Amino acid sequence: MNKPILNVKNLTMSFGGLKALDDVSISIEKGQIAALIGPNGAGKTTFFNCITGIYEPTKGVVEITPPGKNTQSLRGLKPNYVTERGIARTFQNIRLFHGMTVLENVMIGRHCRLSSGIIKAMLQPPSQKNEEQKAVTDSYEILEKIGLEKYVNDMAVNLPYGAQRRLEIARALATDPFLLLLDEPAAGMNPQETKELDDLILWLRDNENLTILLIEHDMKLVMSLSDWIHVVDYGKKIAEGTPEDIKANSDVIKAYLGDESDDA
Amino acid sequence: MRWINIALGVAVAGIICFFAVRELLIDPMYFFELFLGGLTRGSIYALIALGYTMVYGIIQLINFAHGEIYMIGAMTALIVASVLGMWGWNTAVIVILAFVFAIVYSCAYGFTVEKIAYKPLRNAPRLSALISAIGMSLFLQNYVMLAQTPEYLPFKSLIPDFKFWEPFAHIITSVEITIIVTTVIVMILLGILIKFTRIGKAMRATAQDKVMSALLGINVNNVISATFVVGSATAAIGGVLIACHVGQINFFIGFLAGLKAFIAAVLGGIGSIPGAVLGSLVLGISESYFTGYFYSEYEDVFAFTILVIILIFRPSGILGRHDAQKV
Amino acid sequence: MAIKNQIKQSLIIAFWFMILTFPIMVIKVNTIRHTIDFRWANLVGVGIVTFFASMTWNYFLRRNEDQKKKEMDDDIPLIHRLLQNDRFRRPFLGVVAAFFLAYPFVFPMYHTSIMISALVYVMLGLGLNIVVGLAGLLDLGYVAFYAVGAYAYALLNLHFGLSFWVVLPISALLGTFFGVMLGYPVLRLRGDYLAIVTLGFGEIIRIVLENWDSFSNGPRGIGDIPAPTFFGHQFNQENTMVYIYFIVIGLVLMTIFFVNRLENSKIGRAWIALRDDEIACQAMGIDKFKTKLTAFALGATWAAMGGVVFAAKTSYINPMSFTIWESITILCVVVIGGMGSAIGVIAGALVLILLPEYLRAVSEYRMLVFGALQVIVMVFKPDGLIKSVRKVYTFNVQEKAIHEQTNT
Ligand SMILES: Nc1ncnc2c1ncn2[C@@H]1O[C@H](COP(=O)(O)OP(=O)(O)O)[C@@H](O)[C@H]1O
Ligand SMILES: [Mg+2]
Repeated sequence: MNKPILNVKNLTMSFGGLKALDDVSISIEKGQIAALIGPNGAGKTTFFNCITGIYEPTKGVVEITPPGKNTQSLRGLKPNYVTERGIARTFQNIRLFHGMTVLENVMIGRHCRLSSGIIKAMLQPPSQKNEEQKAVTDSYEILEKIGLEKYVNDMAVNLPYGAQRRLEIARALATDPFLLLLDEPAAGMNPQETKELDDLILWLRDNENLTILLIEHDMKLVMSLSDWIHVVDYGKKIAEGTPEDIKANSDVIKAYLGDESDDA
Repeated sequence: MRWINIALGVAVAGIICFFAVRELLIDPMYFFELFLGGLTRGSIYALIALGYTMVYGIIQLINFAHGEIYMIGAMTALIVASVLGMWGWNTAVIVILAFVFAIVYSCAYGFTVEKIAYKPLRNAPRLSALISAIGMSLFLQNYVMLAQTPEYLPFKSLIPDFKFWEPFAHIITSVEITIIVTTVIVMILLGILIKFTRIGKAMRATAQDKVMSALLGINVNNVISATFVVGSATAAIGGVLIACHVGQINFFIGFLAGLKAFIAAVLGGIGSIPGAVLGSLVLGISESYFTGYFYSEYEDVFAFTILVIILIFRPSGILGRHDAQKV
Repeated sequence: MAIKNQIKQSLIIAFWFMILTFPIMVIKVNTIRHTIDFRWANLVGVGIVTFFASMTWNYFLRRNEDQKKKEMDDDIPLIHRLLQNDRFRRPFLGVVAAFFLAYPFVFPMYHTSIMISALVYVMLGLGLNIVVGLAGLLDLGYVAFYAVGAYAYALLNLHFGLSFWVVLPISALLGTFFGVMLGYPVLRLRGDYLAIVTLGFGEIIRIVLENWDSFSNGPRGIGDIPAPTFFGHQFNQENTMVYIYFIVIGLVLMTIFFVNRLENSKIGRAWIALRDDEIACQAMGIDKFKTKLTAFALGATWAAMGGVVFAAKTSYINPMSFTIWESITILCVVVIGGMGSAIGVIAGALVLILLPEYLRAVSEYRMLVFGALQVIVMVFKPDGLIKSVRKVYTFNVQEKAIHEQTNT
């Protein structure tokens, strides 16, 4: 059997006395759309941060096996190297570059796939010009795929909320990932936008050869999209399985009804 | 990496201890005098550093004009003391009034500066607020220079040579011991204010989380004003005391003293009040030894070097907290 | 009704300021003759000035808020809108070019000299703009690299007889080198810590220059620094000034040219991303430390070149030219002009350097005005006088569509 694309074992992350993640093991298969769910403060975002190198986990193993490559560990890698290895993410609280246009935001994603340095940037030999031109067209194409091309030269901050969330996805795609981590991509979206997001995620999996792990509170979206669901509560993993399994799982129901009644 | 740091730290500490002990054995009296000199210096730094650290803790701004507030305190004391002196008032009354006026006026200036130059910039880029602070500093310096004089003014010490202190006066003067004692008292009072009073609690809450504090009904604007006022008051006390110690002032004294105090605040961990005190003492005492045993002209170089070294090993200062930023 | 309230409020404020400024503005003690002057006229003056200042202050503050509500962030500064307009751009650039070409021949040497200073600040400002405006690193010790350049020329010329044109590239490399050396230990620090540490480095370099006599000749400084030669030819004093003027113009043009290219390149975008959001920037695969270091080192490169020109122009340097105030002035050029905006920085340098020079008539007050101006500009235009504008890319959507049709 193929190795899982992402393999996390016994991951623990403590902040002072608080264990935001406690011995969590999760593995994701290639081509899956997996979901990570749990009440607010359960440690989902912390899980993303530990994988992408923004936090250094207290304990545990984080391994990836990119398609066609060998297994490697991500522990202790800086975020930029994690991205270079092919993992891209979006942020729960949107973190776009507000001093830049939409296109430039996507071009930042291309950054680690470009080679020209400072000297080339100043002298602009043909190789640099071509690369730059290609970065522009590549980024534009990504915007077209995501459906944001009409905003191309607008400042990122001036976009409507839903479009900002999609721009985060576009920016992540620009880094050429094999694994995409989405942190509450539907938060704050209206039903129409959520529907479009649903289509987009499926399209990405099928046409871009991506594996996707998403954190989401919108249960309808999660249940319809996911192949596999992982549930965490108070930093501990309490269940995993197909959407049907999870719906029927009494621990999950308890976790949600216990302290979350306002969430859809 | 961690072990290298620790080993380096131990090695440096060992070398310092070795030299300290050697000097102590050669000339204990000189060693002790330098220590007291450093303590005095550190106390003054602490009085000014408090204002920096409190303001930074609450609005994350390097209040460049803080040094000028301290200068205005000293200047006001000088003016009040001279006027009353010429009117032939009683010395004790003059001393008290000079201190009171210095404190009141410094507070008023601190309050006003915040309202004009920082409050409108609460939501602006932080660099803009910093430039505004620098502009304020420049303005106040030139305002005092133009309205008074660019020359150094002699400052007759407000603190008499205490009779009862005479036996010790050859080791540490009355002024110096007053500085140290006053600083200790101010620190204790400030500690009480921060820990136990309503406004102190509000300050701590606001420093933690402005939005949350506002939601809980704390008037954030008032808390910020109060922070400036308290910081200005301690700076004024520092200003008057150092003027007594040095014996002269001019419009420019605030800048360098402010810079040093700011270094001390960063050294201790900016935002932390005990940190500011500790940082000031560390800086004052080590500077005193450095100038006493090595080169006095490189005093400031030494201060900055200490700062860089400490920040490299402890990026948030000695007592500063180092949180992972929440993402 | 509203106006009545405002007048009342302004009266209170005026009264407050009269009390506030009383000891310093009114009382003046003459310690020699033992007399006290009460300058009551000042009190009245303060009252009147603060009353009107308060009225206008409030008026503009309110207007600013109304405007903010109305328009979003996408208002493009007038100058950029004009420059985007082809009909306007050519004549405008033509006029500017003609002005700067004719300047040294029309105005006397004194004015040329001042303009050279201003243009050196344009260079310094554009260099610091990379560090502060684009990469968002608060550098308060920029003057250190300026000093490196100036002393490099003075000393290399003194000891080895190297000429201006030889030292210029050497000093650029020295600047880069010092930038990397200083940046390496300190760029890991958080924003404000970086500010105070760089300020420290600036001061350290100055103090060392002041005290290390055998190296730098101490506070006496170094004199007789030769002006640049033109293929070995030395001009007379007046022509030298004109010559230096054109050298600086050339350097400024070069700076604009390169900075503009950098700004719209991979590295320039990385700087801005880093400034806007360090964490997101890293998550996009950008090496934070390396990106910061390149900005810091490049900024230092330009400062050092500026230093060489400065030394060549004044022919005498001493450590007093490299105080912290110099760093602060350059920082003000960047922030007041408009962070990240090259046009803003140029405008900022010209205004901030030329204005005080020509305010010398009221020279006593110029630093006072300068300080007040900084506060006022920041309060009313926190993004600086001219905001930066990003490059606009055009796409031929139709052509693309045809292309795709033939493909399928
Ligand atoms: N940098 C940090 N410092 C301290 N506590 C943190 C930090 N990041 C997250 N936490 C804590 O970890 C817990 C999990 O948070 P998070 O992962 O954001 O939850 P969620 O599942 O809603 O995404 C919370 O209690 C949060 O307060
Ligand atoms: Mg979360």
